[in-house]
Amino acid sequence: MSLSLTSITQQKGMPIAEATRRIADLGWTPSYVKEAMAFPTDYKISRQPKDPMKQVLRSYFPMQEEKDNRVYGALDAALRGDMFRNVDQRWVEWMKLFLAIIPFPEISAARSMAMLGRLAPGDDLRTGFTMQMVDEFRHSTIQMNLKKWYMENYIDPAGFDITEAAFGKCYATTIGRQFGEAFITGDAITSANIYLQVVAETAFTNTLFVAMPSEAARNGDYALPTVFLSVQSDESRHIGNGHSLLMSILNNPDNHLLLERDIRYAFWQNHAIVDAAIGTIIEYGTRNRDKKKESYAELWHRWIYEDYYRTYMLPLEKYGIKIHHDDVHQAWEDITKNGYVHKVAQFFSAGWWANFWRIDPLDERDFDWFEYKYPGWYNEYGAWWENYRKLSKPGSVPITFADTGYVYPHRCWSNLVPCVIRDQLKVDEVDGQLYTYGSEVDRWTHKEAFSGEYKGRATPAMGRFSGRRQWEELYDGWDVADAIKDMGFVRADGKTLIAQPHLSLEEKDMWTLDHVRGNTIKAPITTLRSLSPEDREKHIAEYRKGSAIRLV
Amino acid sequence: MNMQATIEEEAVSGAAGTKTFPSSDSRKYNYFEPKGRKATHYEDVTVDVQPDPERYLAQNWIISFANGDPTYSKDWTCIKSANWHLFRAIDQEWERNHYQRQSTIVGMIENVIQNGRRSGAPSRFDKQWVGILQDHLGAYKHFEYGIGVALMNAQRRGYTQMINNALLTNSSYKLRMAQDITLYLGEIGLDIPGFDPSAGKKHWLEDEIWQDTRRAIETVMGTNDHLEQYFAINVCLEPLVGELFRNGYIAQLAAAQNDFMTPSVVSAGEADYDRNLANTAELFITLVNDPTYGAENKAILQDWLKTYGGLALSAAHNLEPLWSLPAVKIAQFAGALQAQLERIDTITNAIGLTPLARH
Ligand SMILES: [Fe+2]
Ligand SMILES: [Fe+2]
Repeated sequence: MSLSLTSITQQKGMPIAEATRRIADLGWTPSYVKEAMAFPTDYKISRQPKDPMKQVLRSYFPMQEEKDNRVYGALDAALRGDMFRNVDQRWVEWMKLFLAIIPFPEISAARSMAMLGRLAPGDDLRTGFTMQMVDEFRHSTIQMNLKKWYMENYIDPAGFDITEAAFGKCYATTIGRQFGEAFITGDAITSANIYLQVVAETAFTNTLFVAMPSEAARNGDYALPTVFLSVQSDESRHIGNGHSLLMSILNNPDNHLLLERDIRYAFWQNHAIVDAAIGTIIEYGTRNRDKKKESYAELWHRWIYEDYYRTYMLPLEKYGIKIHHDDVHQAWEDITKNGYVHKVAQFFSAGWWANFWRIDPLDERDFDWFEYKYPGWYNEYGAWWENYRKLSKPGSVPITFADTGYVYPHRCWSNLVPCVIRDQLKVDEVDGQLYTYGSEVDRWTHKEAFSGEYKGRATPAMGRFSGRRQWEELYDGWDVADAIKDMGFVRADGKTLIAQPHLSLEEKDMWTLDHVRGNTIKAPITTLRSLSPEDREKHIAEYRKGSAIRLV
Repeated sequence: MNMQATIEEEAVSGAAGTKTFPSSDSRKYNYFEPKGRKATHYEDVTVDVQPDPERYLAQNWIISFANGDPTYSKDWTCIKSANWHLFRAIDQEWERNHYQRQSTIVGMIENVIQNGRRSGAPSRFDKQWVGILQDHLGAYKHFEYGIGVALMNAQRRGYTQMINNALLTNSSYKLRMAQDITLYLGEIGLDIPGFDPSAGKKHWLEDEIWQDTRRAIETVMGTNDHLEQYFAINVCLEPLVGELFRNGYIAQLAAAQNDFMTPSVVSAGEADYDRNLANTAELFITLVNDPTYGAENKAILQDWLKTYGGLALSAAHNLEPLWSLPAVKIAQFAGALQAQLERIDTITNAIGLTPLARH
């Protein structure tokens, strides 16, 4: 028998359960001064949530440092191995969008721990919230670091160099801002527990942080997987925090109506936003067309439908929470039958000049793969992408304004993704103003969920949609060239666009402000609001019918 | 070349420097002014990640609270600034150096405890001193915890990423410290017969000595003004209570009671505080020198100094009986307090405030 070193030196220690119990006992109820008002919630939480993870900071910090060492070691190795010589530019271009968005939701998740920490009774979960807070600080800054690394080492740094400024201005990142703000604004439980932990982290981090890395690796990018799989390894802690708090909330039947509302809103909006962005990046940002790999639809079925819906959401019914099965089925149909991801990708390419990354045309290999994975794809989207390729030369009409039959879409007032599944467009009035929505759930979200009252019950803590929610309204009536300049999406020579509808870096191929000047941006919602009721009805009916794309 | 020329395929290599074209050498984040000549790594991964309508939110915040507050509001503190975006944390922490530092500290503390226990040190501590650690270091850990909790709340409310991340790392340090002390007491308790790890909380809640300290930190937890909390904690409570106890009491007295372990455990808190104090002072110096609101801000800080400095000073005086508890009395309360009063004067002087009144 061999003696291990630890068995000789080991001292009697405190069992971890005892350690976490003592740490939870650090809290007390103030008696001299009442604790300040927490961020508001309409939920009542009377039962103390239990800490499922049983971990202390003493072991947490070294464990995380070790993870970091592996990440930074791998980044160094990627450079030594000349990763960027073989990386697919199509892929890295989309990282300009993805990495512009993600650090803000991450740091928002850190901020939201303040809101939950104050609301959860007792101090059992405080360590869990602390670790999540520091984890999310990790995620935000490690992603900013990764982006800087791409900027320093990738052939075309334009777009990475303006990243956080671009995030605040871009018509695509607006959906990422909706996502991140939804973690921290409005009812504290709705946002930080249900939207963030119970839905975004528990369901959608798999597509964000596991599917994305796999696709990155297939495109020769070994850096993104290193960083994001390390990020994902922190998520089980966050999912545990969220579940524990959810169980305390469930305990009070008074909360059930609000839970039904919030799970519905959060599931649908997470689907709309994450599937739009990540679906597009995974399916359209890749050069890998291996027919054996899972499509986004197949990944979605495994992670969202099987793992989340069937094993996490459904069991909540036994506690008396109404689950909206029809929404989950609708989301699934939208991804498989209704081409949600394809239509969002089509939209991003339609507005390529408003981007701060380059989108190249699809080729025959891409067509072949899409047709194989999504039978009927070419029939519906083939003409669009043929046009896109044809119109990618400077001097062509920007595809948005070409005579293709494509109608620039309305935007959903709730999730801010354009209403691309056109027959699902909903229009309604809230406080006397007309709004457009991508689907019935989105209409319900704005009109019924984000309101001071829900089904006859006062909900004074619920947030409101605010700001200038539709990007198109900012530039309604502007010349495209002026809008691009205003956003700052122009290269250092003051005229070449950062965005390009192809990947050539030959100056003769690159579009400048002059190439896009003379085209005017119209905000569909402004137009719709200005129509007479009859014309509006006609417009909506036409829109819902959709239109076929013709070859230019 | 005519317009009909085909678009070139992407360059074969995706590596930097393969080709020259507009912006091909734009390899720095170019949307913010670095504080120094060149952006630091901390600035690159921190600045503007939390946006606001002045810095790039063309659509403004797009969700609001029921009362109309946006996602982040300047009204969440009564301090005003002509430019909230100026502040940079002196300690330049982002995730990597934060974990490195925290992990080094817990490693150091674990070594001290392991080596000390292996050599049987806790059983040689002076008996009276063991009681003091049990009751009063045990009570003190709740003060550290309260600061950590208050700062965790505060990091949701600052107007920039730089401010909120400085609050966040400060919170992380204090919550670690509270846990360090808890685990340390639990572990030496295993080696000391009759040691009661729950005694500390009882003293925190009931012992007269600690009630003004508890009142002070509860007052900090009773406000939602995050800058009021940051000021109260690092300018007032830390020097007059935290450091007084860690440095003026534990570090001064332990060795004479045959305790070489506790000062090492507690001393980590001193280095943490130095860094957090540097961040705090930098922020308030910026705000007091604000071209538009400097004078107004200074008056508010002076007011906070009066309130929280007063609470902290009274808490400090209440701790005086601790100095007569050890069997070997080699340090005096008066001297310890004097050192801390000099400390707070140095801090307020650096910020440009009138010193704290002594009564
Ligand atoms: Fe995260
Ligand atoms: Fe997370």
